[in-house]
Amino acid sequence: MKRGVRLLAILAVLLVAAGALVWHHNFNDGVDVLAPAPAMAPAEKTARVERGAYLARAGNCAACHTTRGGTPYAGGRAIETPFGTVYGSNLTPDPATGIGRWNAAEFWRALHHGRSKDGRLLSPAFPYTSTTQVTRADADALFAYLQSLPPVVQSNHPSALRWPYNTQAALAAWRTLYFRPGASSGGPADPARSAEWNRGAYLVHGLGHCAGCHTPRNALGATDNSADLAGGLIPMQNWYAPALNRASEAGVADWPLADIVQLLKTGQSPRGQVTGPMAEVVQHSTQHLSDADLGAMAIYLKSLPPAGEAAKPAPAAVGTIKLGRGAKLYENHCAQCHGDQGEGVAGAYPALAGNRAVTMAQATNLVQTVLHGGFAPATAGNPRPYGMPPYVLVLNDADVAAVLSHLRTSWGHAAGEVTELDVNRVRASTGDGR
Amino acid sequence: MMRAMAKHPASSWSGLPAALALSLGLCAGALATPKFEDTIAQRTLACTACHGEQGRAAPDGYYPRLAGKPAGYLYHQLLNFRDGRRHYGLMTRMVDPLSDAYLLEIARYFSALDVPYPAPQPASVPPAVLQRGQTLARQGDAQRRIPACVQCHGTALTGVAPDIPGLVGLPRDYLNAQLGAWQTRQRQAHAPDCMAQIAQRMDADDVTAVAAWLAAQPVPAPAKPASTLPAPPPATGGERWRCGSAPAVEAAQALTGVKP
Repeated sequence: MKRGVRLLAILAVLLVAAGALVWHHNFNDGVDVLAPAPAMAPAEKTARVERGAYLARAGNCAACHTTRGGTPYAGGRAIETPFGTVYGSNLTPDPATGIGRWNAAEFWRALHHGRSKDGRLLSPAFPYTSTTQVTRADADALFAYLQSLPPVVQSNHPSALRWPYNTQAALAAWRTLYFRPGASSGGPADPARSAEWNRGAYLVHGLGHCAGCHTPRNALGATDNSADLAGGLIPMQNWYAPALNRASEAGVADWPLADIVQLLKTGQSPRGQVTGPMAEVVQHSTQHLSDADLGAMAIYLKSLPPAGEAAKPAPAAVGTIKLGRGAKLYENHCAQCHGDQGEGVAGAYPALAGNRAVTMAQATNLVQTVLHGGFAPATAGNPRPYGMPPYVLVLNDADVAAVLSHLRTSWGHAAGEVTELDVNRVRASTGDGR
Repeated sequence: MMRAMAKHPASSWSGLPAALALSLGLCAGALATPKFEDTIAQRTLACTACHGEQGRAAPDGYYPRLAGKPAGYLYHQLLNFRDGRRHYGLMTRMVDPLSDAYLLEIARYFSALDVPYPAPQPASVPPAVLQRGQTLARQGDAQRRIPACVQCHGTALTGVAPDIPGLVGLPRDYLNAQLGAWQTRQRQAHAPDCMAQIAQRMDADDVTAVAAWLAAQPVPAPAKPASTLPAPPPATGGERWRCGSAPAVEAAQALTGVKP
């Protein structure tokens, strides 16, 4: 009996201590949201707003904070997650429905600590795990820009997350496990490296929030820091964001710097072109960045420590009937643009022979592309892109599996087979725009 | 981001399964240009794969023709798909990464094409239904305040430049689906949305009749849209229409002295 009481007492103390730790981790960030903002000359203010507009592009904030066809930054876009749906919030300065009553310190606290104006913990669907790297000066510029927008009256859509993900307690526990605030100084991440490298690291890991897609997530939706930029399946979308540190996927260690810059600037390069969600990123974000910033990102991406290529067992041989069918389909539907030998047409249709997007272990992007076709993003550097027809109504699952298996075993490729199931999974889960 | 393909034909798209089956041949056979050329035709092969060679989709499928339609109308539709006023996943994904300038170029390209159209499919509805369709299209129904199609879409129903579409040369299933979508607000245009108001005054029999009649009309050669709106016939009760995507309608009514 006595022993039981003692155990209970120890347990209670441990619980209180854990609670205090969780509270401390989540709510003791020390941001003084009541501190008055320093006065500023008008010219300085204008420059800050312009800087903020540029940074908002770098962060592609409008992508989630704008609904299709809606006023930019007025919120409303539904973002589906494995835990339910969240909605981008209104960032325009309307006092009642937007962030008109926020101050710069509260905005900084949201980016840096993931807390709302009233102190509530925010859902990490808002990528504060990345924006926590943003410097106070950049956060202030972003805030100044958002406050300069015309206010739009548009109420925020309450999020529809399932229990327990919709509770503050779950968020507090999640954050204790997976969220560490960045350095407030925003100083160089690695003083031994060049200023460009550090600038690139800052953009990639901060506002760029590349890890949001390119880093794998665990069952609780947290990005795995031990596998930084090592490639991940984008939740709910069935697109795979390839590894940026792997030569067999989207690593750029051996690319000329200019080609990386060109890819981010125009969506196209001699070494490949962007598709799917990355096309949206280029269109709305990276094409608007300065050559200096794109160059810095390229320098950083080139320097990523290469992931070892796991020795793969040779893929099982694909049946000759399936391959014959794939070859015939290729001739009928693909060869006209991509060429008999998968050579493509420079600047218009990507080569398929030797293309990593074709031979990558994950074939989901290939299935997406064949089913839905589409255009490369229209950018200042490639304003009139060529398009690919959708085949979702033309080819059945077996056809798509056959033609993709043909691609993955032709021209010296030794990538695995694509099965009907692989195709069906994408077909069943995709549909209209967003 | 993407919902199931099977979902996006909304309830109003009743004719879709059959229409899709019909359209398979159309999509599959469309890529016929043998050599690469740096032309707008080459750049828009993604469009013509479904909308037919030179954008000349035949009325036996599901897809609307593009060739010869007013440029302003085509441009607005591309924007409507991109900006969420029209809903068809394949189209939305197609135009999503494209700029206003490029969409306008594409619209102008298809609009400028002057191609002959094949004869329409014969109507498969009873003559009385067809007659009802013709009456609606040519005279409207004054009692129920439904204007005649010709009042805005031109006497020849080939549309009016630059913003009002032609109604001939379109598949019956497509016409049915569009009128249904206007009724349920699945399809929208810039406010004030005149076509939504008109469609909501029509019942299911009206839609069937007018779609059957329109789909059975030949596309006149040339299929060019008219350059001015016809004077509204008195049978419509002189109602004044305001169309956000076709400002010319109101202007023309002002010129012809129609009173609200």
